[in-house]
Amino acid sequence: MMRGLVCVLLLLSAGVTLARADDIALSPDHPYGMLKPGPGSEVAQRGCMLCHSTDYIVTQPPGDQKQWDGVVTKMIKVYGAPLSEADAKTVVEYLARQYGK
Amino acid sequence: MGDVSRRQTLRTLGGAAALVAARASASWAQARDPIIASRPLVRYPQKTDLILLTSRPPQLETPMKWFDRAITPNEAFFVRYHVFPIPTSVDLATWRLRVGGHVDRPLELSMDDLKAKFPAVAVIAVDQCSGNSRGRFAPRVLGGQWGDGAMGNAEWVGCRLKDVLAAAGVRQGAVDVTFDGLDKPAFPSVPDFVKSLALGRVLDDPNLIVAYQMNGAPLPMLNGFPARLIVPGWYATYWVKNLSEITVVDKPFEQYWMKPAYRIPDNACGCVEPGTAPKTTVPIQRMNVRSFLVSPEPGTRVTAGGRVTLKGIAFDGGYGIREVEISDDGGEMWRRATLGRDLGPYSFREWSAAWTPRTGRSRVMVRAFNRIGESQGAEPLWNPAGYLRNVVESVEYQVGG
Repeated sequence: MMRGLVCVLLLLSAGVTLARADDIALSPDHPYGMLKPGPGSEVAQRGCMLCHSTDYIVTQPPGDQKQWDGVVTKMIKVYGAPLSEADAKTVVEYLARQYGK
Repeated sequence: MGDVSRRQTLRTLGGAAALVAARASASWAQARDPIIASRPLVRYPQKTDLILLTSRPPQLETPMKWFDRAITPNEAFFVRYHVFPIPTSVDLATWRLRVGGHVDRPLELSMDDLKAKFPAVAVIAVDQCSGNSRGRFAPRVLGGQWGDGAMGNAEWVGCRLKDVLAAAGVRQGAVDVTFDGLDKPAFPSVPDFVKSLALGRVLDDPNLIVAYQMNGAPLPMLNGFPARLIVPGWYATYWVKNLSEITVVDKPFEQYWMKPAYRIPDNACGCVEPGTAPKTTVPIQRMNVRSFLVSPEPGTRVTAGGRVTLKGIAFDGGYGIREVEISDDGGEMWRRATLGRDLGPYSFREWSAAWTPRTGRSRVMVRAFNRIGESQGAEPLWNPAGYLRNVVESVEYQVGG
């Protein structure tokens, strides 16, 4: 009986395995990472979400203007985030206000 | 290196265990963990319920309950990508592993080639993110705010990297070997995720493999289908997933994900005074010693004077675990735990210990030593990138009458 059950489990497991090589569908960005509303949130959303979900932001330790300025500068200089100087300033101010210490 | 019968056993255990796992809800422990309490459990294709860190690129953490055993089932194995989009399907009819650069005979290997032209070898090895437990750094640091579940242990089967390179014929003057996968950034300005190893490292180590099997099954897409690099003992950053290109280069490779990313202070501990910056850095490489007490779960109610079996895992960067100890008096007295089966020096090593809870002795600490005497710090080490965390861990229980 036990042996039979194990065999059935293994067959099921093999079925799962065979299905694996195929397409997988990825979920859209999970709402838990949504940015807080506030002045500048739309610019931040537009700029940041081109490359990544915003859970990358909301899970970070809270930080002052200097921290967020460093982050936004890195996104522009290292990863080439297409933010104008004015937009970058808006995003830094938004992040420092909503995700500050 | 494993034999076929052991492989079969692992496959049986892994498959059955995964299937009987109940649909998870956030555990008591997760709910009280300041780093992961707010994170949803999500179920991605080919995966069971994992803790969501980020959606895009996806980063999924393994709940700690899965570490009550040496082998982490494929569906519970953590996920971490760097760039997006990531591959969501791979057609083996057209997939090729290209081997080129500073070689005599560039290759385009199909999956059948990998399996037919090179001997298959197996290694059981821990894959751990450099930033595992980063969320616990104090002062906190920027980066993926992982709890402790960005790690897993599996039996990997594939061909030796050095056999593949020998087939291609590495030319004189070669220095590094680079590894690239099918994950490609949407914008050309974002640095592609490419990693490198020194050629000497690759040729010296027969355990470095291009794996096409994980715990007896094809790799889940999110863990690198159809093949990924396995670098036993070293952090996961080198274990390039969805591998498509191996290139031998005649100059040191120093693109973004090797420099300035994934670097640690250039000293023995890889650490600096909290809040300060290192003067010089080197690439992160070998894992340090860690151990976890996994069962019973944190917060479990236990009876004073009763008998409790504590269980968990320990691992290091390839020397193997020699000893695991527990303490319930804040680290004054340590008692030796019993080690489980030795699955090789790169594997999780299970441990267990009988414990009699006493009132006022509700916190149990665990520490491990590897075979060269390395252990874990009583105080956490710190570096600005949040790497290498290996402080002595402890678990709080509720001791009742």
